[in-house]
Amino acid sequence: MEWLNAVVQGTLLGGLYALFAAGLSLIFGVMRLVNIAHGDLIVLGAYLGLTVTIILGLHPLLALVIVVPAMALIGYVLQRGILNHTLGKDILPPLLVTFGLSVIIQNALLETYSADPQKMNAGALETASLSAGGLSVGILPLLTFGIAIAVIASLQWVFYRTALGRAFRATSDNQEIAQLMGLNRRHIFGLAMALALGVTAIAGIMLGIRTSFDPSIGGGRLIFGFEAVIIGGLGNLWGTLVGGVILGVAQTIGAKIDPGWQLLAGHITFLVILAFKPNGLFPRINE
Amino acid sequence: MNPSDFHVTRTSAVTKIAVVCGAIALIILILAPYWAGRADMRLMGELFLYLALASLWNLMAGYAGLVSVGQQAYVGFGGYMLFALTIFGGVHPVGAIVIAGVLGALIAVPVALLIFRLRGAYFAIGTWVIAEVFRLSFAQVSALGGGSGSSLPVGIVRSLAESRSGREHLSYWLALASAVIVIASVFFFLRTRNGLALSAIRDNELAAGSLGIDIWRTKFVVYIVTAALTAMIGALIFLQKLRISPDAAFSVNDWTAFVIFIVVIGGIGTIEGPIIGTLLFFALRETLADQGTIYLMVLGAVAIVIMLKAPNGLWGLIRSRFDLELFPLSYRVKIDTSKEKD
Repeated sequence: MEWLNAVVQGTLLGGLYALFAAGLSLIFGVMRLVNIAHGDLIVLGAYLGLTVTIILGLHPLLALVIVVPAMALIGYVLQRGILNHTLGKDILPPLLVTFGLSVIIQNALLETYSADPQKMNAGALETASLSAGGLSVGILPLLTFGIAIAVIASLQWVFYRTALGRAFRATSDNQEIAQLMGLNRRHIFGLAMALALGVTAIAGIMLGIRTSFDPSIGGGRLIFGFEAVIIGGLGNLWGTLVGGVILGVAQTIGAKIDPGWQLLAGHITFLVILAFKPNGLFPRINE
Repeated sequence: MNPSDFHVTRTSAVTKIAVVCGAIALIILILAPYWAGRADMRLMGELFLYLALASLWNLMAGYAGLVSVGQQAYVGFGGYMLFALTIFGGVHPVGAIVIAGVLGALIAVPVALLIFRLRGAYFAIGTWVIAEVFRLSFAQVSALGGGSGSSLPVGIVRSLAESRSGREHLSYWLALASAVIVIASVFFFLRTRNGLALSAIRDNELAAGSLGIDIWRTKFVVYIVTAALTAMIGALIFLQKLRISPDAAFSVNDWTAFVIFIVVIGGIGTIEGPIIGTLLFFALRETLADQGTIYLMVLGAVAIVIMLKAPNGLWGLIRSRFDLELFPLSYRVKIDTSKEKD
């Protein structure tokens, strides 16, 4: 029963990791950009959520109404102001520029909010749980998992059912032809980053309700998201959810064996999958 | 004009002057214990170690196109090997540095086989995962202090040299030697056949491949050699610090972020770039260090601006303005003026 419990908790934790990963996956799918600052942007989302809840006295989940558009706006400006200038054949500029951004965001958060760990107060939601057949499942992890499914389903819908999604796929397939067809790829990329950072804001707030956070944890969140993306297979959003779940389960089972093994078990699972299935479990982009 | 009127050469007046100046500077630096104070020598020692790390990262990223954000894996590994070999193996610290390099190369082989499956930017994050695995693994080794780390016993420190100044001089010379050896190895490697292949890969990977260069093997060799040398530098760094902990040994800021900034600001893909970058980095650090986080934000912003406005860095700007090259690497065609007079 304890092991089953670990698997259930890990699966739900995977929902959070899928939220970390969805933004990364989306950006890579549309413009082949890997954003090293992604983890720090998640943490930025958490801090913005914290600020909004403190200043306006809102519940963290209601803070989403303000933080999601704010992060989307930051994403659009970031993309058009900086990141669009780095895109091209050479992979070095986007990599190093987002690395620089990561250091800037991290230290700006440190300067503004100090290194003290913070946490968002979600009241009764934090401790509420459901019990069934000897298993006890927290409402918050369940809600996070549900949000992850909803987010991925909506991204999937945007991608394959809307004009915006068609524009995303067209620019992803061939930037020059898309441009000839009247799409402004700079604007499209800006919208894609806005959408990605909107998702990142959700990820940040769910993270901030679940655990305490400080400015230095961004790198770790980037790695979890990245592992979920690679395990699931590049360009496959539902695969990313599966990747997140596999990572989450590996971590909770690792922690069950020895608390010091939690993170290590996740990384080793990732490396093993990389060794046997280098393209992930459900690859969609062939490169 | 016929072909005999021309000859192809790598040297120029500038490179000859650079050799002389470099030799004089090196002699002055070797004699530093006789003219520099204790604090200055410490600072210079640190500068040389960063110069070595930056030159190695530049070899990987600038020439082989292997952008790693996980070189702290090898810095920390080397440091821990120094501690393990001296404490449990009874090896002399200098011998331990060499063995750390060999072990670094050995561990880099399976790592490379795994992460070379990842392309481009995903390779970069893959290297970071490896560094995390190293950090978490060493934190599990209770014999080396687990998560809180351990200190180098006094006896081992004494085995370097009896007096404090003797140890300080020795670690300064070791740091200087490591920088000189790394830069010299990179330079002479780039002049060989394999080095030429590497420069070709840097300039155009597709064209290099179609000329018959084994791209995978060339990159693999560069990765392994870089890992070995980085592990040796890591051992040296922690021989100076005398204390190691997983967080310090595998710090992404200290051993990768700073190194990347040095190379990007100085000029990626050149030997001169890391040298200029290191000097500038230390000058900035000495003037802005009191500002703490502001200093790091400035550094990040400078790197972004340089990457966007002058991707070849400061040395790239200088080189394109004055057509300079201090290390004779590229070939130039010279008209033989002596023959024209005939």
